[in-house]
Amino acid sequence: MALLELENIHTYYGGIHALKGLTITVEQGEIVTLIGSNGAGKSTTLKTISGQVRARSGTIRFNGTDITRLKTHEVALHGIAHVPEGRRIFPKLTVRENLEMGAFSIKDKKVIEEGIERAFHYFPRLKERINQKGGTMSGGEQQMLAIARGLMMKPKILMLDEPSMGLAPILVEQIFEIVKEMNREGMTILLVEQNANQALAVAHRGYVIQTGEIILQDDALKLLSNPQVQEAYLS
Amino acid sequence: MLSILPQVLIDGLTLGFMYAVVALGYTMVYGILEFINFAHGEIFMVGAFVGTEVLLIADSLGLLQEMNPFVAFLLSLLIAMILSGALGVGVERVAYRPLRNAPRLVALISAIGVSFLLQDLVRFTEAVARNEFYLNSPSLFPGFLEVGGFAQVPLKAVVVIVFAIVMMVVLTLFINKTKWGIAMRAVAQDPSTASLMTINVDKVIVLTFLIGSSLGGATGVLFAQNYGTIDPYIGFILGLKAFTAAVLGGIGNIRGAMVGGVLLGLLESLAGAYLGPLTHGAFGSEYKDVFAFSILILVLLLKPEGLFGEAVKEKV
Repeated sequence: MALLELENIHTYYGGIHALKGLTITVEQGEIVTLIGSNGAGKSTTLKTISGQVRARSGTIRFNGTDITRLKTHEVALHGIAHVPEGRRIFPKLTVRENLEMGAFSIKDKKVIEEGIERAFHYFPRLKERINQKGGTMSGGEQQMLAIARGLMMKPKILMLDEPSMGLAPILVEQIFEIVKEMNREGMTILLVEQNANQALAVAHRGYVIQTGEIILQDDALKLLSNPQVQEAYLS
Repeated sequence: MLSILPQVLIDGLTLGFMYAVVALGYTMVYGILEFINFAHGEIFMVGAFVGTEVLLIADSLGLLQEMNPFVAFLLSLLIAMILSGALGVGVERVAYRPLRNAPRLVALISAIGVSFLLQDLVRFTEAVARNEFYLNSPSLFPGFLEVGGFAQVPLKAVVVIVFAIVMMVVLTLFINKTKWGIAMRAVAQDPSTASLMTINVDKVIVLTFLIGSSLGGATGVLFAQNYGTIDPYIGFILGLKAFTAAVLGGIGNIRGAMVGGVLLGLLESLAGAYLGPLTHGAFGSEYKDVFAFSILILVLLLKPEGLFGEAVKEKV
């Protein structure tokens, strides 16, 4: 049984048919990437999973449970951490408060403190900024905080929406390194990216989405060398 | 003219601290829903009636004479806070939540409707129960406190100021130090992202109404003790003034509401005392409300974001 399964999902944005029968699976322990150009439906897919946008039809199963109709906070309670596009850290909360909000579902104070330590292990830079307001940090630091905040709930899957967006190449490199490291330590990751090169380099499998439909799916390395993909997304 | 200054300042502070606590209710709800809860003044009024009724009923049962006045006060305060808090939550559930996705103006009109409804409901209930809708509150703190030999501070004013400060300190600690307090700020900044953190936004909104309304109701009890007489319409003007205070401090900003309230109370009290003498009688103390609302207009014209507010940014 796959950890996350989307089966024939249709989502509408107002009058626009944004997802047209999407079927995706993510197995435990995998990094799966969803690549495609701007407006193809990548973010909509993640928003549909986390319940920010309602699927009109189709089924989303997580760990075998149907989560299609759950509210956003209920989906998150199942262990799905969604790090949204544009980072969306709380600008007027400190780094520590941002992290504590990530751990909102966790009652045990000790577990929260351990989580914060783990976040500092992945992102040492955040430790220096612990009492700084989120909004005063650089884009790269905000992205680190957004990922660290997502990890705080001890999720079963981490969904990252364009973590490389707007970052300097060296930072992008660093973020993808950490994605790999988290995965080696057992985290399942669904990675949405426009930066197809980098995403396919770290992922096990990939899906290519175009105007709301999956047009290709394969092992990441095969997609990297697929001429169709190379022409459209890797140029 | 200066001889009355201590008295004027005490009156201003007493009034100002009441504005401040009521202003918190406006500003907290605005911070989260970007909506002016115009029924908040009526929640304050209901708190005043509940607290006064508790004292009047205790009095008619002969209990009040045997009670320590402070205990009686705390009891009336507690019951008023619980009932006005529940009322605020009920109003949100019935009159605002179904309209959350409607244009802002629709919810505003619903709030004004709730205002009228609560005024008439209290008037009707009191008229049936007591044949009149003005209530005189038993005075629990009749004495005076001598301060430094030059000013006599009414004990009731001290009670108002002390309790208002306690409520503001507790609220500040709650908002800044507790998990649900931080969640309230998170939801105010970005509700959809907050829900990704397993935060139930509806619950946070209920909590906001609960806290804001119980603080407003408590202020009603303070008001009844300080001024002695209440009627179903006290929430209207006081609510507008508290709203002015919230705008003065920067709507949505907690600290702004506190400072704005105290400032407005002081300015109003000073205007009431000195407008007449300073203008040689052209404008008497009856112009103090005009003065207060002129401040609102000036703030809106010159610094629309208020003293502590940030320049308005469009939400993405």
